[in-house]
Amino acid sequence: MSTQLSTPTDRQSAEALSRSKNEPNWLVDLRGEAAELAGTLEWPKPEKVKIERWNLIAVGSYDQAAPANAITDLPEVVRELVAEGTENLVIQQNSSPVWTQLSAELAAKGVIFTDLETACKEHGDLVKPYLFQAVAKDEDKLTALHAALWNGGVFVYVPRNIEVEIPLQAILFNTKAEASFAPHIVIVAESNSRVTYVDYVVTEPGAVTEPFVYHSVVEVYVKSGAHVRFGSIHHLGGSGVDLTVRRAIIENDGVMEWVLGDLSDGSTLSDTKSVLKGNGSQSDAKVISIGKNAQQMSLTTQAVHFGLRSDSNMVTRAVMKDSASAIINGITKIEKGATKANGVQTEKVLMLSPKARGDANPILLIDEDDVTAGHAASVGQVNPEQVYYLMSRGISKQNAERLVIYGFLAPVVSEIPIDAVREQLEKLLVRKLEG
Amino acid sequence: MATHFVIDGLKAAIEGKEILKGINLEIKGGEIHAIMGPNGTGKSTLASALMGHPKYEVTEGSAFLDGEDLLEMGVDERARAGLFLAMQYPSEIPGVTNSDFLRSAINARREEGSEISLIKFIRQMEGKMKALEMNPEFAHRYLNEGFSGGEKKRNEILQMTLLDPKIVVLDEIDSGLDIDALKIVSKGVNEMRSEDRGFLIITHYQRLLNYITPDFVHVMMQGRIVKSGGPELAERLENEGYDWVKEELGIVDETVGQA
Ligand SMILES: Nc1ncnc2c1ncn2[C@@H]1O[C@H](COP(=O)(O)OP(=O)(O)OP(=O)(O)O)[C@@H](O)[C@H]1O
Ligand SMILES: [Mg+2]
Repeated sequence: MSTQLSTPTDRQSAEALSRSKNEPNWLVDLRGEAAELAGTLEWPKPEKVKIERWNLIAVGSYDQAAPANAITDLPEVVRELVAEGTENLVIQQNSSPVWTQLSAELAAKGVIFTDLETACKEHGDLVKPYLFQAVAKDEDKLTALHAALWNGGVFVYVPRNIEVEIPLQAILFNTKAEASFAPHIVIVAESNSRVTYVDYVVTEPGAVTEPFVYHSVVEVYVKSGAHVRFGSIHHLGGSGVDLTVRRAIIENDGVMEWVLGDLSDGSTLSDTKSVLKGNGSQSDAKVISIGKNAQQMSLTTQAVHFGLRSDSNMVTRAVMKDSASAIINGITKIEKGATKANGVQTEKVLMLSPKARGDANPILLIDEDDVTAGHAASVGQVNPEQVYYLMSRGISKQNAERLVIYGFLAPVVSEIPIDAVREQLEKLLVRKLEG
Repeated sequence: MATHFVIDGLKAAIEGKEILKGINLEIKGGEIHAIMGPNGTGKSTLASALMGHPKYEVTEGSAFLDGEDLLEMGVDERARAGLFLAMQYPSEIPGVTNSDFLRSAINARREEGSEISLIKFIRQMEGKMKALEMNPEFAHRYLNEGFSGGEKKRNEILQMTLLDPKIVVLDEIDSGLDIDALKIVSKGVNEMRSEDRGFLIITHYQRLLNYITPDFVHVMMQGRIVKSGGPELAERLENEGYDWVKEELGIVDETVGQA
């Protein structure tokens, strides 16, 4: 068993790297402070999963990839994900952006969509007030390490009253284990704006066999009356560790929708929280996950209610194969004063093998009387009565089980509001379930 | 070859408890057999054992359909060999739409590469649903999920008509059906009557047999067929109950497997 002894960065090297990339001074300072914090803080401690036992050292070093001249220059795994005819696309390869594109039409409306490193240089005034505000750099060793070392990333800014119809798309991929791969994503949706952002986080198949650590933080700011849809599918290689923290802060009457496919093949920590700050704010989270081989997953969704009449819904469905294990936490917290808030959550795990493990922990923490809240959780195996019924109609055992498994996920998958994400997810689900 | 189904000396146990104590029954194509009998006498067990429910262990006897040994086959193979069981309690399968399920069941009977076309399937399904006066919406609902008792039964009959089986076992298809639905379902069954198809209808009530006239009526008690006759036997049971049968045969407790 390996214990974490050292922190894979220090103030000098974090600052030196930042300066070498010509980052603004405020960012150099932020990184330096964070690196120092990383040396003293503890790793996060999710329920029943000891992430310190994962290989967390392999964060790699900064690796600048050459920008792509054309999408066709990029590997197959990336090309197949690019939405046809999209004009709004950011691609990160390992530590650096290799493609950024925004339609003239959106640019003219004042929309910003670029990699976060560029945004820090070109739109520092806009980025600085948001960077590491929803997620503080000193929360734990993970956020500190990430603040010191993040690279590439994505910045989305949508001005007031602007509605972006077509999804903005990002593809974040790695091709070598020794490269640092740590995108930070900031989305700011000003009052009454509307935007859909979709990203895919993938490993080039076969290219990365050594251990690597992907660490990422997502910060979403949903201003009054704004509506943000965030879709993300992770399918990182089995030699990696996927550490992802996502957070949204939702103002009055704002709406946040999370659609997440946690399909990475290695150890996974996925923690997604909506802070329902404003009155009438809403959040909806749908999480689909498949575990295979011996992978360990800690999947958490959280909703923290401050606003009056704020509303949250969280659904997680996971299928665990082989000896995979998933600890699924749902935390609904309703603070005093959040009158008439409503929080609902469901976690369901389907285990396909006697060695698979699943654990669903619904937690309701309620400090206000005049609220409604509900939860449901279940952990089970494929029901033999259902398989018998299907087989009694001539369907083979294999197909009967397949119908039951896809049927378990279908009620959530079919409700995914972003077509592109639903379609990619369906494709990847098949790959992971049957691969 | 005309359909020929022979059950010989069938014994079956559940969790080590013997429930079927030797069933003999022969059904030829074109025939309708009814099985009646008090609660807990093994009627559904017979149906489940024939279909191959994993909880039921056949300990003795045989069941041959057109010379093929059913008991050697898996559940799906039995179905593809031509056995159909409309279950007393059909399962609910969330997330699988009725139409996806039906198409999978039809394609399971076809060679890979010669699957039914979507258009042809939809036309067939919609035609049969119409005949059974089912709301077209039921094609898109998840299989049996939230269906009322009667809706589930109608859905069983829909499957029967689409799958064209040789031997049909209907286990209390009439339970939960209102009078109109009973007529519609009976019509569906009667239209399926043919020289190549045999029926085994498990029921408690004469009223179903008013619509579907059986050729033979069997009474089951204690895991055996204890009496057989023609349609008049069902009428007498309806009028007089089972006491006279028990008296005639010296049976005190007609149930089976109760400790
Ligand atoms: N899965 C099971 N586990 C335990 N006992 C069972 C099981 N299935 C059937 N039995 C028992 O076997 C006996 C026969 O049951 P069966 O369902 O065959 O009766 P039935 O004749 O169909 O009754 P009904 O008219 O009420 O439907 C009953 O005592 C029942 O409790
Ligand atoms: Mg019964």
